[in-house]
Amino acid sequence: MAEKVLVKGNEALGEAAIRAGCRYYFGYPITPQSELTEYMSRRLPEVGGVFLQAESEVSVVNMLYGASCMGVRVMTSTSSPGFSLMQEGISYMAGAELPAVFINVVRGGPGLGDIQPAQGDYLQATKGGGHGDYRLIVLGPSTIQEAIELVMLAFDLADEYRTPVEVLADGMIGQMMEPVEFPEMRSLDTLPEKPWALTGAKGRKPNKITSFDLDPYKLEEMNLRYEATRKRIIANEQRWEEENIEGADILVAAYGTVGRIMKTVMEMARERGIKVGLFRPITLWPFPYKRLEELSKGVDTVFTVEMSGGQMLEDVKLAVKDNAKTPFYGRMGGVVPTPEEILDQIESLVKGSENR
Amino acid sequence: MNAKVVMKRPDSLSKIDFTYCPGCHHGIVHRLIAEVIDELGIREKTVIVAPVGCSVFAYTFFEIDGTVASHGRAPAVATGMKRARPDRIIFTYQGDGDLAAIGTTEIVHAANRGENITVIFINNAVYGMTGGQMAPTTLIGQRTTTTIHGRDPKAAGYPIRICEMLSQLEGPTYIERVAVDTPQHVMKAKKAIKKAFENQINGLGFSLIEVLSTCPTNWGLPPVEAIKWLQENMMKFYPLGVYKDKTREEAKEGIV
Amino acid sequence: MTNKLIAAGFGGQGMMLLGQLIAYAGMLEGKHVTWLPSYGPEMRGGTANCTVIVSDKPIGSPVVATPTEVIAMNIPSMLKFSPALVENGKLFLNSSMIDREPPRTDLEIIKVPANEIADELGNLMVANIIMLGAYIKKTGILSQDSIKSALEHKLMRKKKELLELDIKAFERGTALL
Ligand SMILES: Cc1ncc(C[n+]2csc(CCOP(=O)(O)OP(=O)(O)O)c2C)c(N)n1
Ligand code: SF4
Ligand SMILES: [Mg+2]
Repeated sequence: MAEKVLVKGNEALGEAAIRAGCRYYFGYPITPQSELTEYMSRRLPEVGGVFLQAESEVSVVNMLYGASCMGVRVMTSTSSPGFSLMQEGISYMAGAELPAVFINVVRGGPGLGDIQPAQGDYLQATKGGGHGDYRLIVLGPSTIQEAIELVMLAFDLADEYRTPVEVLADGMIGQMMEPVEFPEMRSLDTLPEKPWALTGAKGRKPNKITSFDLDPYKLEEMNLRYEATRKRIIANEQRWEEENIEGADILVAAYGTVGRIMKTVMEMARERGIKVGLFRPITLWPFPYKRLEELSKGVDTVFTVEMSGGQMLEDVKLAVKDNAKTPFYGRMGGVVPTPEEILDQIESLVKGSENR
Repeated sequence: MNAKVVMKRPDSLSKIDFTYCPGCHHGIVHRLIAEVIDELGIREKTVIVAPVGCSVFAYTFFEIDGTVASHGRAPAVATGMKRARPDRIIFTYQGDGDLAAIGTTEIVHAANRGENITVIFINNAVYGMTGGQMAPTTLIGQRTTTTIHGRDPKAAGYPIRICEMLSQLEGPTYIERVAVDTPQHVMKAKKAIKKAFENQINGLGFSLIEVLSTCPTNWGLPPVEAIKWLQENMMKFYPLGVYKDKTREEAKEGIV
Repeated sequence: MTNKLIAAGFGGQGMMLLGQLIAYAGMLEGKHVTWLPSYGPEMRGGTANCTVIVSDKPIGSPVVATPTEVIAMNIPSMLKFSPALVENGKLFLNSSMIDREPPRTDLEIIKVPANEIADELGNLMVANIIMLGAYIKKTGILSQDSIKSALEHKLMRKKKELLELDIKAFERGTALL
């Protein structure tokens, strides 16, 4: 077993990418993820990689486009406003079927917002974000250890399905420290072959990479291909965690940082005699609708808690249908809810349904 | 063009027919690039980054690997490519709307970093693809579909001279403005393009060749008159010549 | 056992480092730990704080509404965080800079003249390490050796004299109680 080290989330995300075989990073500083950019600038040269601080996030995403065309593992990291600026390029990459990993260390919004942890970018992340019919695979880590694992997974999924993948973290995961174990460094020889890459038309027909066709029928064909990929992803890649489901008085749906806070809430609730179950989606897209639907049949209430005005709530409602009530509690603007305030909400919900 | 040149199709051009209007200079410049790639023997390691504009299909017109960047971002895409695989030859092909309006940031910073790439910049003083609107390079008084009484600097600012502007930076290695209006100028343009690729092969850094080009369709002129308009108007405001050449400066320093 | 500490002071009083040392030492002892900083422009000259949890069990929320201990290096920090302490919680005050006590009567107050002792040692920068010594001695949550290992680890690339000074400061802190 690897040795435990105490690391900051932002640095762990960067190291995980390197261990996944990523040697190319393009970025632009923004709080609360700048330590990740800084880490890559120090670390990549040590492993023979390339770091470039670009002139804007618009350029960053296009540099990723270019590097990905060449068949290498490439990533960037940013926070909410920067990720918004990248949307055009991400849409192009989705259309051109180019793998890359984007880490979004989300902060309070909209607009310039603040720099505190938030989950207000869920809809942007999971419903496309840019123009056109596409989805990103979106992974929502709740601890630093899980963030490491999901960054590694992100690169594999990106290559396997030829799609950009987003790791949706937040300022808390980026800024906090906890002990973690890193997996072994992935040998570059074991990375998947990419015969489609623009490595030069040597002894073969030229490769072309594009998101473009003026003929609507051909473009529709391309879209059908993207859709087929999405269906494969939906069928194969749903991930979630469930805890204390058996005989729960109430089921809470929460992801990322709130998902982790819920662990404390569950323990506190147990002391007060309330059994709280937790459903924590790990793939936010594809959202594990089916499993949540099954679970919702066994409870009276599926309570969604987020650091937003109710974004994942829309997916929860799609899954739960009329099987259970779907109340919501959220904090916005970068406020992180305390376990105590969530527990208060749960208590009144459970009491409320007993009184009926 | 004289018939002798047109006869042999360069290996680096694909079999796909150009989609350009009669008398459009995009096609001539494509051919020059293809000839240069053939002559330098780099077809199998050269990658084109096409823009958004009339030359959006350029990535299909060459028998080499290629892609299309989003509007204006080709220098950033090329940067990503070159950093990932420095041994490949990467060039962007961009119009004036693409390079000098929406993509100003990307071209300035790629040039300033001295990225080891080649940029072919087609200045036709107009947005060709979208129907002849004003470009950043549109001349004062020039009529376009968004400046129907002629470009008025009070409302629309002044035409941008890209070669002059970029040559102020430390980063670029080689910047030249050429035209393809006469056989002599075509020869010169080809020489410049060749040097811009050679610079990259030799690891010398950023090269940009601006080509003054016609857009007969959107200028509303027959091809021959379009050439005359280019000579009488564009060339006055956009003088041909070498604006920066570090390779020559360094050679000079060496002699001293 | 779960200890939840909020350590707060002016930016530059070394509260972030104090918290990291506890977290690191906790990890060395095989405990579960989290360290969560306040971050942003407030750190430049304003108040800075971090939350450290040391527990025998996996840690859910790294955010703490009711700390079991508070370290306050200045008055604003005491005013901000002492009301949140659990009943009978421990409040460590830098008595060199704090000339009063909070209105709560249930708290166990530990006064540490951190700046004065640091001055005696010839370097004001070690006031945080003196406070750390007092905290570790009082709570007993981690062994003093683990903290010394953490200090060695943190100062690995710095000068040897600095480490010696820090160890001395730490010992002065533990000797206070
Ligand atoms: C983001 C974005 N904005 C606008 C457009 C529409 N558009 C396509 S080509 C073009 C102008 C191209 O002009 P230029 O670069 O001069 O190339 P030319 O056609 O003249 O060769 C515009 C505005 C687009 N495709 N993308
Ligand atoms: S519209 Fe102008 S630039 Fe475009 S192909 Fe026709 S002539 Fe060339
Ligand atoms: Mg144009």
